[in-house]
Amino acid sequence: MDVLLFFVTAAVALVGAIAMLVSRNAVHSALFLLLNFGAMAVLYLLLQSPFLFTIQLTVYAGAIMVLFLFVVMLLGAEQVEDTPDRIAWQRPLGILLGVGLLGVAAAASLRGAAGQPAPGGEAAASFGNPAELGALLFTRYLLPFEITGVILLVAVVGVVVLNQRGRQQAPAKPPAGD
Amino acid sequence: MEPLQIPPVNLILLAPLLTVVGWASALLLVDVFLIPEGKKKLTGYLAIAGLLVAGLVGLPLWNVSGSTFSGMLVLDRYSLSLTWIFVIVGALSIAMALDYLPRHGIEQGEFYPLIMFAVAGMILLAQGTDLIVLFLGIEALSITLYILTGFAYPRLTSEEAAMKYLVLGAFAAGFFVYGIALVYGATGTTSLAGIAEFLGRQTLVAEDQTLLLAGAGMVLIAFSFKTALVPFHMWTPDVYEGSPTPVAAFMSVGTKGAALAALLRVLAFAFEGVQAYWLPVLAALAAITMVVGNLGALGQTNVKRMLAYSSIGHAGYILLGIMVASERGAEAFLFYLLAYALTNLGAFGVVIALEQQGESVWSIEDFAGLYQRRPMLAVAMALFMFSLAGVPPTAGFMAKFFIFTAAYEGGLGWLALVGVITSAIAAYFYLRVVVKMFMQEPAREVQPELNRGLNADIIIAGVATLLIGLVPTPFIFLAQQSLVALGG
Repeated sequence: MDVLLFFVTAAVALVGAIAMLVSRNAVHSALFLLLNFGAMAVLYLLLQSPFLFTIQLTVYAGAIMVLFLFVVMLLGAEQVEDTPDRIAWQRPLGILLGVGLLGVAAAASLRGAAGQPAPGGEAAASFGNPAELGALLFTRYLLPFEITGVILLVAVVGVVVLNQRGRQQAPAKPPAGD
Repeated sequence: MEPLQIPPVNLILLAPLLTVVGWASALLLVDVFLIPEGKKKLTGYLAIAGLLVAGLVGLPLWNVSGSTFSGMLVLDRYSLSLTWIFVIVGALSIAMALDYLPRHGIEQGEFYPLIMFAVAGMILLAQGTDLIVLFLGIEALSITLYILTGFAYPRLTSEEAAMKYLVLGAFAAGFFVYGIALVYGATGTTSLAGIAEFLGRQTLVAEDQTLLLAGAGMVLIAFSFKTALVPFHMWTPDVYEGSPTPVAAFMSVGTKGAALAALLRVLAFAFEGVQAYWLPVLAALAAITMVVGNLGALGQTNVKRMLAYSSIGHAGYILLGIMVASERGAEAFLFYLLAYALTNLGAFGVVIALEQQGESVWSIEDFAGLYQRRPMLAVAMALFMFSLAGVPPTAGFMAKFFIFTAAYEGGLGWLALVGVITSAIAAYFYLRVVVKMFMQEPAREVQPELNRGLNADIIIAGVATLLIGLVPTPFIFLAQQSLVALGG
C-alpha cells in the first residue's frame, strides 16, 4: 500500500516539477509548482513526519505560493517575454547547481539504500511530532517563541509605517504638480 | 499526555528588557490614540523617558546575577553595563531625531517606539546565552533598522539604502542560521555554556570538528556583516548615507556595539576551546578592517560617508579588545564602546545641525568657517574629531590607549602596531574637518539649525567625551566591576 502510494505521489511530484519548467505561462508554472508541493507533502506524511507535512502545506503551498501568484498577477507577468535573458550566465550556472544538488541527493539515498544510517538518523523517535514540538516551544524554547512574537509585531508596524507615508503623499502630489 | 511543565522563569532578571518592550508596545497605542497629529514630539519625549526608566530599573540589579528561561538569558554586570550604554545611545538618538523628522517632513510617531524595539534587541544581544536567542536578538534589531533606514521614503537614497541593507542583512541572517545548525550538528546544543562544556569534555572526531569549524565560521561571517568588518563592509557607506541621519548615528554605534558584545560572549565563552582556529582569522579581519576603513575615509568629501568609513575602522579597533578575550580585553572593549558611542553620537549631532532641509550633500565644505559663525558648535565638533582621532585629553585617546595595551599584553603586538599606524593615518581626515572649521572662509552660506534636542545631545556628548578623557578612573572602575563573573 505504502509503495503504491509512494509511486503515485512521486509521479505526480515529477510531473508537477517538469510541467512547471516547460510551461510558458508564469501563472501555470506557479500552479504546477503548487501541485509539486502538495505531492511532496504527501511524501513527507509517508515518511512519518506529520509536522513537515503541515508546514509544507501551510507555509509553502499556502503562504508562499499564494504570494507568488499575487505578485505574478499584480505585475501582469503571466506572458513569457521573448527578449533574450539579460543575465546570460544564470542558466548554465543554474543547470550546474541543479546537477550538483541531484548528485548530493542521489548519494544520500544510495547511502540509505546500502543500509548505512543517514547522518543524524539517531534523532529521537518523537522527531517530527507536532505535539512534541509544541511542548518544546512552550517549555524549553519559551523565550525564543516570545521574542518571535515581538519581532512579528515590529514587522507589522513597519509595514504600516512604510505604507502610510505612500498613501499620504499620493493624494498630495497632483496639486503640487499642477 | 502529561500537562506541560513550564520551567521556572525569573522575570526580575530581564526587568530592563521587559520595561523597554512593554513601554514601546504601550507607546505604540498611546501614539495612535492619544497623541494628536503635529504633537508627535511628545511621543519622542515619552520614549526617552521609557529608556531612562529602563536604565533606572537596572540600577538595583547591579548585585544580582543569574540565568533564566532554561539558561537562554543571563543577567550579569557585563550585560547590565551594556544595557546602560544602549539605553543612552537610544535616548540620544531620539533626542537628535525630535526636530530632524519634522524638518524633513518625515515625522511619524512610530519612529520612537521602533527605536525602543531596536534597543530591546540590543539588550537581548547583551543578555543572550544561547545561539538561538542571539539570532533572534540580531533579527529584532535588524528588522527594526530596515524599517528605520527606509523611513525617509520616498526619498530615493533612503529606499535604496533600506533595500540594500535588507537584502544583505537577510543574506547574513541565512549564514547565521546555517552556522547554528552546523554547530548544533557537531555539539548537540545551541547553548553557549553547553558548547563550552562539550568542547572542554572531549576531543572531537574529525567529522564533528569540521562541522563545528564550518558552523563557527558561518556565525562569524554573520557577525562580520552586522558589524561591517572588511570585507563584509560594502553596504555601510551607502546605507549610512541614505538613511535618516539620526538612524545612521544610532546604527553606527548601536548595531555595532550590540553585535560585538554578543560576539565577545560567543568567542570568549562558547568557542574558547577552539581559540587556536578563530584567533588568526579574527586577527586578519581586524587588520584589514583597520586599514581599509581608515584609508577609505581619506578620500571622502561627504562627511556622512567619512563617518561611515571611520565607524568601519573603529570596529576594527574594538575587535582587538574582543580578540584578547581576557578580562583586560573585555574591559577595554566596554570602555572603548562607551567612549566611541558618545563621541560618534556627538559628531553625528553636529552633522545634523548643518544638514539643510531637502538637501543631501553633507559636504565637508559646509564646515568651512564654522568657527566664525557658530564658535561653540565648531569647538564641539573639534572635540569629537580629536576624540575619534585619539588625541589627548579626550575619551578617544584613553580608549585607544587601553585597547592597544590590552592587545599588546595579550600577545597581539603586531595588531596593536597596525592600530597605532592606522590611527595616525586617520588623524589626517579627522583634523581636516577641524582645519576647515577654524582656518578657512565659508564657501557658501549654511545656516546651522540647532534646537533643544540637538543641543542636549551635543552638550551631553561633548561633556562626556571630555570627562571620560580627563577623569577616566571611575569609568575604568565601572568597566572592571562589570566583568565580575562574566558569562554567569
